[in-house]
Amino acid sequence: MKIRTLALATAAGVALATALPVAASAQDAIYVPLFTYRTGAFAGSGIPIANGMSDYLNMLNERDGGIGGVKLLIEECETGYDTKKGVECYEQVKGKNPVITSPYSTGITLQLIPKAAVDKIPMLSMAYGLSASADGNIFPWIFNPPATYWDGASVFIKHVADKEGGLDKLKGKKIGLIHLDAPFGKEPITLLEKLAKDYGFELKLYPVAAAEMQNQSALWLGVRRDRPDWIYLQGWGAMNPTAVKEAAKVNFPMEKLVGVWWAGGDDDARAGADQAKGYKSLSFHAAGAEFPVIKDIQKFVVEKGKSQVDKAKVGENLYNRGVYNSMLIAEAIRNAQKITGKKAVTGEDVRRGMESLEISEARLKELGMEGFAAPVKISCSDHNGHHKVYVASWDGQKWTKGSDWMEPMKDKVRPLLEEAAKDYADKNAGWPKRTEACDKAS
Amino acid sequence: MDILYKIFIDPFMQMGAAPDLLVQALWEGLVGGVLYALIALGFVLIFKASGVFNFAQGIMMVFAALTLVGLYEWMARHGVPAPAAIALVLTIGVMYVLAVSIEKFVLRPLVNQPDIILFMATFGLTFVLVGLGELIFGGEPKQMITEQLWLPKGSIDMKILGGLVSLQKIDIAAAVIASAMVAGLAVFFQSTRIGRALRAVADDHQAALSVGISLNQIWVIVWFTAGIVALATGIMWGARSDVSFALEIIALKALPVLILGGFTSIPGAIVGGLIIGVGEKLGEFYWGPLLGGGIESWLAYFIALAFLLFRPQGLFGEKIIERI
Repeated sequence: MKIRTLALATAAGVALATALPVAASAQDAIYVPLFTYRTGAFAGSGIPIANGMSDYLNMLNERDGGIGGVKLLIEECETGYDTKKGVECYEQVKGKNPVITSPYSTGITLQLIPKAAVDKIPMLSMAYGLSASADGNIFPWIFNPPATYWDGASVFIKHVADKEGGLDKLKGKKIGLIHLDAPFGKEPITLLEKLAKDYGFELKLYPVAAAEMQNQSALWLGVRRDRPDWIYLQGWGAMNPTAVKEAAKVNFPMEKLVGVWWAGGDDDARAGADQAKGYKSLSFHAAGAEFPVIKDIQKFVVEKGKSQVDKAKVGENLYNRGVYNSMLIAEAIRNAQKITGKKAVTGEDVRRGMESLEISEARLKELGMEGFAAPVKISCSDHNGHHKVYVASWDGQKWTKGSDWMEPMKDKVRPLLEEAAKDYADKNAGWPKRTEACDKAS
Repeated sequence: MDILYKIFIDPFMQMGAAPDLLVQALWEGLVGGVLYALIALGFVLIFKASGVFNFAQGIMMVFAALTLVGLYEWMARHGVPAPAAIALVLTIGVMYVLAVSIEKFVLRPLVNQPDIILFMATFGLTFVLVGLGELIFGGEPKQMITEQLWLPKGSIDMKILGGLVSLQKIDIAAAVIASAMVAGLAVFFQSTRIGRALRAVADDHQAALSVGISLNQIWVIVWFTAGIVALATGIMWGARSDVSFALEIIALKALPVLILGGFTSIPGAIVGGLIIGVGEKLGEFYWGPLLGGGIESWLAYFIALAFLLFRPQGLFGEKIIERI
């Protein structure tokens, strides 16, 4: 009997101990779960982003005591870039009152989109996920700033046009899309097909199955046969360094290989050694450690041994991507506090904060991010903003700015996107009509 | 009619019109095939000796490559002379320690258990090695130290058949090393005392024990040999991309090779590897566009299954005859 009582008491104690931090989180802190992948086949891309995301938020805790005087409760959940595990992570964290989720995978995002409105937890899929979710009238709980995959693909086409002498010179050109054969990889196809029709270029698709990420020789033989003039690489993980190496192997001109922003990891380009010089990737923020915000991260987090990052990799492109992601989260929380006058904001508050978010040049300067990124403005109907993107170029050692900031073809992207959003709602019977009121811009 | 033309005529017209690309595709297929054969060899070795399909072979490849590069980086950082050579020797040592540990902690307690138990144990081993690898080396990709290991770089470009055929020197080295390893292992299995003992263990554990063959010793030898094969495979595949846990996925390519070549045959692994390698490259290159591309991942299984219709035991597998 005593043993049974002891066992029950122990079980109750454990249950109480587990529940306490959650209860505490609701009152004393703002709970921000981070879906990360430091393990598995895509860890090469996942680790620097995870480091950047958590280091920025930790820096706010260390330097400022959180946001608006409220500490951030940061918790990572390992997804392994696996959709099933990502959904498990969501189920695990949703009971702890998260103010936002950030799945960091298009596959996971697609699974969570219908849940966000039901659970009243806004979701940030920063420059990934479903392009159509930029339509705030249909997806009031989903945000994908600063640019969609369709914006990225349109900027790539503008870059090609710049180099070829104008959009009219695209006629008759052959443009290849090498993409991961997964929802993420297929996203830009719709827009590129539309632009191919409008500008008269031929689009060649080269899908890469996840199992063949490191085995692309047949694909590049196809490239040699088809002789595309330009290639857009919508790759992730080990697919990217392999593609860069294979491009060098078949002597494809490196300056005509342009990756989406996720194909712009330092390790992606570094794998190609000297031959990767000239490889390009889209980006919406700067690489490098010279920004005050990065210096603060080094001072308050890295130097104090509170980060998992290799010190030499602070400021690398994907690390800064993670920092940018967390900056958007933090600014949405700050804006939510401002709108509601509350300190400990909820998911519903942060949705409003995100929806009326405006990060000006002046605000970027205050954040120590002057020159780091372009200003961001999100509105009730436009949850993306379709902001400017630039083409980064690999100089053999690091990413450099290879072009000016370029506007996406919003006139092409937006109508297609609104049509796709409507189509999504029609296909998902019972998709809720927007009832959430709009706030004025911050 | 158009589709029949595209399937049965057009690819061969393309081969005739651009023979240089055909030769290049064949070369890529052969190199890929040799590398698949090398992975399959690791599976065959263990299956021959213990009747177990070693699910951990893929992660052994990753673990070996990570150990090599990790040790090299550490020694280079600390100014140790000849770090590549020492790292290589130490990695071989690590694979030996791994083989001894597996025999002692995984296999020995499971002697005479059903094969499925041993198979499940290799699942467990996979997760242990994944965790251990991530704990020690982290999950970030590393660059294979090809130059430091005296492997050649660059290519041999030949202007032949009205075009260009480019042979990467690293691929030539991979083919030579894989062939040498395969030949060495074939001789080892067929002509040495240990090789014969190994085959005896594969046939019947208890019978082998009864004639004085040390099961434990044989298992250590065979797992160590599979570890060396994993190291060679990890170096070659790592040189093609980078050294990361994504390499484990490549190991699954050995499955159709094994289905085709048989689980117990070294020549089967080689011939199976070459057929799959060449078949998938030609298939992807000439017929892939008809199906939207990206057919390589399933074409290998399709080829293997097509062969199985005619030879269920695989090309070189042992025919199982059970008398009732």
